Amino acid sequence: MSDVVICLWGRAGVDRAAQGLLGAGRRLADSLPGKLRAVVLGPADESLVTAAQAVADTVVVVEDELLGEYNAENYLTALTAACKTLAPRAVLLGNDAYGQELAARLAHRLGGSAAGDAVDVAIADGKLRVTRGVYGGKATAVIALAKSPGVVWVRARAMAPAEARTPGEVERLQLGLAPDSRVKLVTKHVEAKEGVRLEEARLIVSGGRGLGGPEPFAQLQTLATAMGAQMAASRAACDAGWVPPSWQVGQTGKKVAPELYLAIAISGASQHVMGIADSKVICAINRDPDAPIFKHCRFGLVEDYQKVVGPLVERLNRRS
Amino acid sequence: MDIIVCIKQILDPEIPARDFRVDSAKREAERGGANLVTNIFCENALETALQFREAHGGKITVITCGGESTEEVLRKALALRADDAVLIESPAENPDPLFVAQALAAGIRKLGSFDVVLAGRESGDWGAGQTGGLLAEELGVPCISFAETFEPAAEPGKLTVKRQTDSGWEQFESATPLVITITNHEKNVPRIPKTRDVMQSYRKTLTKFALSDLGVDPATSSSYYQIAELSIPRKETQCEFISGDTLEAKIDAFAERVNEIVRSI
Repeated sequence: MSDVVICLWGRAGVDRAAQGLLGAGRRLADSLPGKLRAVVLGPADESLVTAAQAVADTVVVVEDELLGEYNAENYLTALTAACKTLAPRAVLLGNDAYGQELAARLAHRLGGSAAGDAVDVAIADGKLRVTRGVYGGKATAVIALAKSPGVVWVRARAMAPAEARTPGEVERLQLGLAPDSRVKLVTKHVEAKEGVRLEEARLIVSGGRGLGGPEPFAQLQTLATAMGAQMAASRAACDAGWVPPSWQVGQTGKKVAPELYLAIAISGASQHVMGIADSKVICAINRDPDAPIFKHCRFGLVEDYQKVVGPLVERLNRRS
Repeated sequence: MDIIVCIKQILDPEIPARDFRVDSAKREAERGGANLVTNIFCENALETALQFREAHGGKITVITCGGESTEEVLRKALALRADDAVLIESPAENPDPLFVAQALAAGIRKLGSFDVVLAGRESGDWGAGQTGGLLAEELGVPCISFAETFEPAAEPGKLTVKRQTDSGWEQFESATPLVITITNHEKNVPRIPKTRDVMQSYRKTLTKFALSDLGVDPATSSSYYQIAELSIPRKETQCEFISGDTLEAKIDAFAERVNEIVRSI
C-alpha cells in the first residue's frame, strides 16, 4: 500500500512528459518508500516499455483492443481496474488533456482524493502534499490530500527525469473490459504543425492581444522561422480566432518549458505567465514599459513590435 | 433538451498581482477592494448553452452553491435569459471540489431529470478543475471535458461534442444524460446582457435549497482535501531593458541576446 503507479499513454511514446513522469514517480516511490509501477495504456511501442523499464520496478502493459483509440470512459474503466489490482498509495498522471480529465474521476472510483497541475508531490504526516499555483499563478498552495490513494496530475515536462537502473519486470495485464456503450469517438483531428510539439519546443515565439489581428502572426512566423522556433499565442489571440486554440499557452492552455520564450505584444497576465513559468529565459517586446510580462523577463525591449520584428528577422537571418 | 449550467462566483481574477494579498493563517485570498465575478469558464458554458437553445430549443437552469453573495451570479445568468436559477445555500468557506460536486449532484437530482449538465473546465481562483468530473461520477453519467461546442447528433437523443486536445480536437458522440466541461473558444465569448433583461432578472424568483434538504453535511466540506499552506511566491527576476541611442542599436543588442541563446541550442 505504499507503491506509486504512474500512467503512461502508449501512443505518446517516450517524450519529455513520459520521462518527467517517470522521474517524479521514482522519487515519490523512493521517499514513501515503495515500488514504482508504470502502467502503459493503449498500443505501446517497445521504446516506451524499455524507457519505463529503466526507471520503474514493474511495467504493466494493459492490453485491450478497447484502448486503441482514446475514450475517457474506457480508459477510466481500465485504469480503475489496474489500480485496484496494484493498490497504490499514489497515482501520478501527466498534465495533458487526458491526464487532467481522468484524474478526479479515477480518484472518485478508487475512494481517493485528487489534485492537479502539481509542481511538487511529497509525503508528510502520512498525507500526500501537492504544491501548485492557484489564483492564476498569483499564489502557491500546498494541498493535503485526505483520502488514499492520492491521484495527482503533475507538470510532467518540468519534472527532472530519473537515472536508469536495473531494468524492471514487464507484465502484460489482460482486463477483458466491457466497452462503454454511451460515448464513442467520431473524429480525431491532429493539427498539422511543423516541427516539434509546443510542449517539447526549445525556442518559442508567442504573440498576444497587442498584435491586433491575425495578419501580424504571419510576420511573427518569419521571425520564428529565422530562429528555428515554434509559434504560440496568448489566450486573447486564440479567443479572438486569430490562431487555433492549440496554440494557446497559459493556465488553461499549454504549459511550455523552452530555453527561450519570446513574448511579443503580450501584456503578461498571471494566467499567461502560469503557462510559461518553466521557461529558462523569458524575454519580451512590448511598447508598454509597465506591462507585467517584463517582471518575468531576463531581458526586454520597450518598442512597438511593428518597428522591431522586420529588422530583427533580417539580423537573425544575416548571422545564421 | 434540459440543460443545467453550473456556475461559480470567484474573486475577480483580473486584479493585478501587485494588489493581490493572501491571508496565510486563514489560507485564503484577501478580498480587498476586488469584485466578485462569475468564473469565466462558467460564462463560456452559459454562452454555449444559450447558443444551443437558440439553434435547437430547450430549457436552461443555472445552479450554484455558496453564500448569499452568490445570488448575484444567478441574477446575471437570468439577465442573459437563463430560464431558471437555483441556489444551494452553503455556509462552507472554500469547500473542496468533492463537497461542491456532491452538493450540486444532490441539487440536480432534486430538480428531476436532465439531459446535459455543463460546467466550466476549471475556476479562476483555486483552479482545481475537478468539479465537472466528480459531478459526473456522483451522477453516474459520462463526462466529456474541454469542449467548445455540442449539438444534436443524427441519432435522436444523442449529442455530438467537439472538444480540444493538446494537439487538435476530438469529436465524440454521446448518449444523454452526460456532463460536459466547457473551455474558452472564439465561438463562446460571453455576450453582454440587455439593460431590460437585467431589470427583469430581479423580478424572477430563485429556487433555494438548503444543504439539509439535500442530505449534504456541511462538516464534510474539506474531507477530500485541505489547503495546508497558501503564500505568494517571491520572484527575483530583474528585467534588463535593452537600451541604445537609436532604434537600430537597440534592435542590434536585442538580436544579439536572442542569437546567443539560439546558437547555444
